[in-house]
Amino acid sequence: MDSPALSPQGAPTRSRRWRRLRRAAVLPVAALALSGCTVPSFGAHPADTTTGQSSYHLWQGFSIGAAIIGTLVILLLAWAILRYRRRSADAIPAQVQYHIPLEITYTVIPILIVIGLFAATLVVENKVVANPKTDVTINVNAFQWGWKFSYPGSSAVVVGQTTQDPTMVMPVGTDVHINLTSTDVVHGFYVRAFNFSRYALPGVVNQFTLHAVNTGTFFGQCTQLCGLYHSLMFFNVKVVTMSQYRSWLNSFSGSSAATAASAANTAQSQQTSSIVPSKPTASHGAN
Amino acid sequence: MTDVLEHPVAVGDHGHHEDHGPRGVLKWLTTTDHKVIGLSYTVTAVIMLVIGGLFAEIIRAQLASPNGTLVSLAQYNELFTMHGSVMIYLFAGPFAFGALANIVVPIQIGAPDMAFPRLNALSYWLYLTGSITMLSGFFTAGGAANFGWVGYAPLSNSINTPGAGADLWIGGLLLTGFSAIFTGVNLVATIFYLRAPGMTMFRMPIFTWNLLVTALLILLAFPVLTAGLIMLYADRHFGTHIFSVAGGGVPVLWQHIFWFWGHPEVYILALPFFGMVTEIIAVFSRKPVFGYKGMVFATLTIAALSLGVWAHHMFTTGVVLLPFFSIMSLLIAVPTGIKIFNWIGTMWRGEIWFSTAMLMAIGFLVTFLIGGLTGIYLASPPLDFFTHDTYFVVAHFHSVVMALVLAGMAGLYYWGPKITGYLLNETIGKIQFWFLFVGTQVFTFPIYLLGLRGMPRRMAIYPHDPQWKFLNDVATVGAILIGVSTILFVVNIIVSWKKYPAGDNPWDGHTLEWFTTSPPPHHNFYRLPPIRSERPTWDYNHPEHTALGHGDHAKDAAR
Repeated sequence: MDSPALSPQGAPTRSRRWRRLRRAAVLPVAALALSGCTVPSFGAHPADTTTGQSSYHLWQGFSIGAAIIGTLVILLLAWAILRYRRRSADAIPAQVQYHIPLEITYTVIPILIVIGLFAATLVVENKVVANPKTDVTINVNAFQWGWKFSYPGSSAVVVGQTTQDPTMVMPVGTDVHINLTSTDVVHGFYVRAFNFSRYALPGVVNQFTLHAVNTGTFFGQCTQLCGLYHSLMFFNVKVVTMSQYRSWLNSFSGSSAATAASAANTAQSQQTSSIVPSKPTASHGAN
Repeated sequence: MTDVLEHPVAVGDHGHHEDHGPRGVLKWLTTTDHKVIGLSYTVTAVIMLVIGGLFAEIIRAQLASPNGTLVSLAQYNELFTMHGSVMIYLFAGPFAFGALANIVVPIQIGAPDMAFPRLNALSYWLYLTGSITMLSGFFTAGGAANFGWVGYAPLSNSINTPGAGADLWIGGLLLTGFSAIFTGVNLVATIFYLRAPGMTMFRMPIFTWNLLVTALLILLAFPVLTAGLIMLYADRHFGTHIFSVAGGGVPVLWQHIFWFWGHPEVYILALPFFGMVTEIIAVFSRKPVFGYKGMVFATLTIAALSLGVWAHHMFTTGVVLLPFFSIMSLLIAVPTGIKIFNWIGTMWRGEIWFSTAMLMAIGFLVTFLIGGLTGIYLASPPLDFFTHDTYFVVAHFHSVVMALVLAGMAGLYYWGPKITGYLLNETIGKIQFWFLFVGTQVFTFPIYLLGLRGMPRRMAIYPHDPQWKFLNDVATVGAILIGVSTILFVVNIIVSWKKYPAGDNPWDGHTLEWFTTSPPPHHNFYRLPPIRSERPTWDYNHPEHTALGHGDHAKDAAR
């Protein structure tokens, strides 16, 4: 559990009230950090990849900080609104314009918070963008409006477009290297269960690593506007055990010519095999 | 240093100069008066707000069903493209630095007009022409532009988007871009050279300060967009290959150029509205702006940082240096936080008058706080990876821009009477506020959740996830509430038409515009008060209540 501590410990403030406020703000952080897995999700979901899980914990950390700061500001604002309502038409308050120690305080504390957030970001980011050496590589090619998944060293190719969602098969519990590119416009490779997305750019091969921790079928889709059928550019990611993955790859080896000849048909035929999931049942209302 | 006038005196012959120019439509067509131009800007921008809002309501209606058929996929792409384009290019910017800046800045600094009145008129006509040009795409055979308001290459090239609508979008944006650049030149010259005697830089009202910084940002950022648009047009029609891989070009270059303009643009939009609420909160709390100098430095810091954060829109491209753009983006939270605390500090121990303008300003504060906090997530690349291009981002920037709409409404209720001479109805105004404020939250909260559940933006249908319908419907209710608030605003203008004379200084204002008549005379002032602080009108009306200096803390001045 690497929920970053976000205690706003900054320059000493002068009044006792401020110190008390600060202590009140630090307590929930400590409490939440200690309680580990019971930290609320703040709307996000724990992911099915290692890096996705790290991002999820970072999300929780940011959310705790945002909740504390947001609550503090709202309380200050509410107090000002309720307490300092105008009582008479000609009452003039003290014309206070500066309070340098206070201004320094609310400059320095945010700087410290930002440094903390940045440090936590760096730790997670280095995990997420790391590209370790892997045994499994998948080439993902996005196009208008579909996906092609090919497996270097094998003749396996899966293609699907608009009304027919392709499935990317990958093994669980190991690093999988993805080479992502596009043949036409910019697309977005997004698997919500992995808490991850990356652009598929024409002329660029984007490389990243996925390490799934659960088997299952996960839904993916294009997130970057790519033209008319952008709303229909779906795919599935089927995470299977390594042995299932090997036997799936081997199922292609006899029929490489046929595979190359009609990639779309290959994808279709794979729909009936035991490990590739049945197609989602929703019909797509392309007009 | 100029002499400070001890007593208000007539300002030369100009004081009683009458405007003998043409009247009616001809006056509107030929005017170079900053107030008339400002009003033209205001009316045009509010019409754009209504048009962009109508597009939004159609978008919401389409999303009421997972397989919505109200509009086709192609029409949907046009609608969200033009919704974003109209709101950003044709409403928010021109409303901020065209409408209210034109009306307020010259008067706030005691100037008779903008420095270049004819250039100012040209700015308005370029803006109007550009707006009509961009919108006319709807009347072409292929429909309006449909590649999103960001126009990413290579989707925006002539192969993927061959229609004339795309060219009209580029042309319209070029024209409004030039309008913005000329306004930037005009504001910088006006603020540097036409300040009244005694109005030193650190006696300028915060609104004027923010417009100066906005204008400088316009001059730094908009020419880059103009260049990019010309490159895009050349790629489409002259066979250049600047953004095409096939010709050795780089598609991501467009994103760099666009966001090098696009992120400063966020602050070009936001800073004028920050300035508005700063003035309004101070006036309606009957206190000087708390931390005035800190506020100015915070604005300058935001502007400086905003030039180095553009690639946080491109974290998921995989081709930018993540840590640099991450820390630069996170750091913007610091000066922004200073502003929020200064606004609360201004209200602290004040005497707060909850007029419509003040309610709108407080509504801005709450909504902007939400938009600001969610923006901090997006500055962190790992969090951006799973929220980018989802409705989370849409919710984030709608919190921000709806906060700006609240601030803009505050500005209209506050400064409208100065330029028209008549107040708006406060009861209708307060009802409008509640519709706008509640509608904004009801609209944004569900789409934050939708984004976290994985709903990407720019989807005409969501057949895979019909469970998203409920949250979409809640958001639609919010959008309807916002629509009602806009109708209430129009109703208020009709109901209040020439009904409630404002007088010169209805709010016990601080700055010079509240010293002259409502509406101001042809060259704005018959006389000026001495300018010894950033609140000359307040000092004149309340000579025994000038602001306390640095050493006089709250403790010493406690009542």
